[in-house]
Amino acid sequence: MRVVAHKTSVTVAFIILFSGLSGYAQESHIGSLVGNAKHGKALYQRYCIFCHGPQGDGNGESAPYLDPKPRDFTKATFKCRSTPSGDLPLDSDLYDTITRGVHASGMPSWRPLLRQERADLVAYIKTFSPRFREEPPVAPIQVPPEPPTSAESVKRGSQVFQSMNCGLCHGKEGRGNGPSAASLTDTRGYPIRPFDLTSGTRLKCGDSDVGIFRDLTTGLDGTPMPSFASALKPDQIWDLVHYIATLRAAAKAADAR
Amino acid sequence: MKNKYIALSVVCLLALVSSRRWLTSAVAADASASVSGVVKFDGLPPKPSRIDMAFDPNCKPSSPAVTEDIVSGANGGLENVVVFVADGLGDRTFQPPAQPAVLEQKGCLYRPHVIALQANQKLSVVNSDATTHNIHPSPANNRESNTIQPPGVPLELSFAREEIAIPVKCNVHPWMKGYIAVFKHPFFAVTGKDGSFELKDLPPGTYTITAWHGKLGTQSQKVTISAGQSQKVDFAFKQ
Repeated sequence: MRVVAHKTSVTVAFIILFSGLSGYAQESHIGSLVGNAKHGKALYQRYCIFCHGPQGDGNGESAPYLDPKPRDFTKATFKCRSTPSGDLPLDSDLYDTITRGVHASGMPSWRPLLRQERADLVAYIKTFSPRFREEPPVAPIQVPPEPPTSAESVKRGSQVFQSMNCGLCHGKEGRGNGPSAASLTDTRGYPIRPFDLTSGTRLKCGDSDVGIFRDLTTGLDGTPMPSFASALKPDQIWDLVHYIATLRAAAKAADAR
Repeated sequence: MKNKYIALSVVCLLALVSSRRWLTSAVAADASASVSGVVKFDGLPPKPSRIDMAFDPNCKPSSPAVTEDIVSGANGGLENVVVFVADGLGDRTFQPPAQPAVLEQKGCLYRPHVIALQANQKLSVVNSDATTHNIHPSPANNRESNTIQPPGVPLELSFAREEIAIPVKCNVHPWMKGYIAVFKHPFFAVTGKDGSFELKDLPPGTYTITAWHGKLGTQSQKVTISAGQSQKVDFAFKQ
């Protein structure tokens, strides 16, 4: 009798565990916010479906007219992450992209939606790929404190820019016109332009120095932009960030004149 | 004390049994079969075109670099064909070898152009050039990654699932394209200049043998081999 009771309790424990796990995949956690996929679905069908499509595969009715193309959520490949190359983004990464929007694309900022609504959308978007159910969450990359910029740091950064072949895509002067620029495609085969670092326009994954440090460390998945995490030390990445800042500042100064 | 002896003898007995098992499987391996043959290209192979690497003077190929879409030798052998067991192994499982497969970037080309390895086997990516590359496999059934690799910095990749084959490229040097074929078993080979291949140590059985080429598609043949037998299978591709 005791054995039976024990068996029953084990079964109950398993049911609780698995329903808990599958429930987790239907949720999102951003700080103290808990997003709900069911609520997110209703919002998605109202706001997102026209571009990202009913199946979340980026084939909405407006998709043929858009460049770059809407994200295919079934692949779970995301540009703006705080996780290593190839890993799933954090819930907060998806939340930030929805909030910020993606500059120079059809994706607007959804700041007008409530924070809870944006969290609900994150929960629903995660249901399009089984990877969010199968893969355990990964730890985000570490961003060490930024050392102050200096002429030396900028100079070292320009040397890193040179030795890492950044110029072959982004151009010698960072204008996005390197010799390989015209050949670049994203993973889905659509042409993609390297960012013109002198344009002074906003970056896709956020404009702060920390944002650029993160882009260089994680790479932008689904695009030709690789991760520099294994090749450069954090100090060298900061030097590169400081050099890129001078390219951007020059553009802003020219704009002001 | 007595318990200790009993435990020890049980361990010895288990060791004996398992070693005998190992012995029988080694004997079975001796009696195992193989499939070998040649993959040919039918007709005149297209003339490869020169690759212009001028914009990166640090790309120094040993001889003038040409495209490797279709490489066929003097005797008509077709290079870079992956020949493998596509079906017939049942539910046997195979551990990946401890030895890593090695993919080298040399003269701003992938060496080899087509590499095959087992799922979860380590792929050691080597940059022998004086320039920085990025390694960008775009799998359909495995995890995408995109990593920059300066000269001399080691890099290790692995792929968890079978996929024939994953295109790999270097975005920095757009002519650099290759393939990584991933298998859940060790019965595969990539043809060299003469187009020949051999699949060794196959257990006796009926198999579908498939030949895959990045530009010319796939072909399959069925073979039945008994213990100790060596069977010939040839393939011919045309454009």
